[in-house]
Amino acid sequence: MRNILFILYGIVIFSFSGCKYQNKNTKVPLAVSKIEGKQLSIEKSLTEDEEIKTFVAPYKDRIKDEMNKVLSYTPNTLSKFNGEYNTAIGNMMADALLEITNPVFHQRTGKNIDAVLLNHGGIRSSINRGDITTKTAYNIMPFENEAVVIELKGTQVLKMFEYLSKSEVAHPVAGMQLTLTEDNQIKTGRIQGKKVDLNKSYFIVTNDYLMDGGDHMNFFAIRESETYLDYKLRNVFIDYFKKHDTINPVRDERFIKQ
Amino acid sequence: MKRRDFIQKTAAAGIFTGIGGTALLSSSFASAEAKHITILHTNDVHSHIDPFPTSDDSYPGQGGVAKRYTLIKNIKKENPNALVLDAGDIFQGTPYFNFYGGELEFKLMSKLGYDAATIGNHDFDNGIGGLHAQLPNAKFNLLNANYDFSNTVLDGQIKPYQVFHKGGVKIGVFGVGIQLQGLVSKKMYKETVYHDPVNISQDIVKKLKETEKCDLVICLSHLGYSYESDKIDDLKLASQTKNIDLIIGGHSHTFLEKPTVTKNAEGKEVLVNQVGWAGIMLGRIDFYLDHANKVNGKGASILV
Ligand SMILES: [Zn+2]
Repeated sequence: MRNILFILYGIVIFSFSGCKYQNKNTKVPLAVSKIEGKQLSIEKSLTEDEEIKTFVAPYKDRIKDEMNKVLSYTPNTLSKFNGEYNTAIGNMMADALLEITNPVFHQRTGKNIDAVLLNHGGIRSSINRGDITTKTAYNIMPFENEAVVIELKGTQVLKMFEYLSKSEVAHPVAGMQLTLTEDNQIKTGRIQGKKVDLNKSYFIVTNDYLMDGGDHMNFFAIRESETYLDYKLRNVFIDYFKKHDTINPVRDERFIKQ
Repeated sequence: MKRRDFIQKTAAAGIFTGIGGTALLSSSFASAEAKHITILHTNDVHSHIDPFPTSDDSYPGQGGVAKRYTLIKNIKKENPNALVLDAGDIFQGTPYFNFYGGELEFKLMSKLGYDAATIGNHDFDNGIGGLHAQLPNAKFNLLNANYDFSNTVLDGQIKPYQVFHKGGVKIGVFGVGIQLQGLVSKKMYKETVYHDPVNISQDIVKKLKETEKCDLVICLSHLGYSYESDKIDDLKLASQTKNIDLIIGGHSHTFLEKPTVTKNAEGKEVLVNQVGWAGIMLGRIDFYLDHANKVNGKGASILV
């Protein structure tokens, strides 16, 4: 009933304006008399426009080919939930970052990367046993984050250890060794096998999201320098997979609790 | 659509009682004066060019550019006086962006007949240079009024607003974007300077109304629908400005069941709409204009 009433109102408004102003005062500005708003769903049942489909097809096919390219192989399924303080997948990602980016950093600065820190939440999927494809790299790293090397004073490196001791999660690390006591105190913390020298600077490779305080990694804020490597993390993993025909990482002692 | 939700203002009812039943008889010649504009809009499509897979838990088989075009073409057949607009975050979200850097998104929007879009934070994901490089693929303008691009590659390439003439109606469309600091790496947006969208919007709307003599004013916003904090959002922008008819929002990926009707700084009604993300929905707002309401000073009837 209201439906009908409304339609009537609409007609009446038009009629009124039409009669009164049709031939004389054209300077009366236009004004909105009625507004209708609705949300239309792009339903499954809607027909796809053929011209658009044809236009998209070659772009789509190229992606498909590229995504399905086999880069490497893993004999085991790798999951970030498989391990308490370090996981095989996290160790692989941290090791890959160190292996691939250190030559780039060294070439630019003459220095070497000491350690790696990523975040557990940043491992966006597991890797299934079998072929590793380009798609695998997109699955584990769908975002555009890029590698950045941060120079931290020894004092800030200790803050990083403190963060790791409190977070109780397997953040991927490399180039460091951290052992926690039963009550989450730091028993040993080493960078490149050595105790942290408070007066020394260390180069930690991470990503731009974490550098900016992502996952509450606020210790990165007090830094001596930052060096962007213009290398997306996803591409780091793609290049790492291309380099190794088999990926078979394991859990180890790099970050443990006693 | 729920008919009970409509807000019926007094204008229509008043005319109805005033002229009585005779007006109904003359409706045929009246339509020459009445104007009808259809606004179609998307936001945060995030490179979703294909429909969701039929196996998707949330949106099986929904969305996709080719289906959106079918819908747009059907609506334009019904009313050719239509504008197709987007509220930003066109880029990022599928490998189409990673592989082609936004080329396909812009080319397809051009084919679909988009008239204008604003810039979202993710449109900087390949850096301001990456966005600049894709501009030749867009046959529509990117509009933004509150980013100062003077010291960037986009200098002079982003208009604050654009005026469209459709079926005898002048429609002013302008864009506003979200604060980039803290959301986008400075390395990406470089020397882009963000300005408060409220003050800018007031200046632009004044210009659109007084200088450009627009009949309708539409804001394309990538601010987000509503925040509890003081952070500017679409509802706050609506309440702190005047003379905006419609705010098409984005960024918060808000699926509004229906467009929100809210009050502007003068107590007049403004529509705020947003259609989620990923091209699952298309917003449709129909404006009917005539020369009568201005005289009697009454507002429009809004049916949402
Ligand atoms: Zn956004």
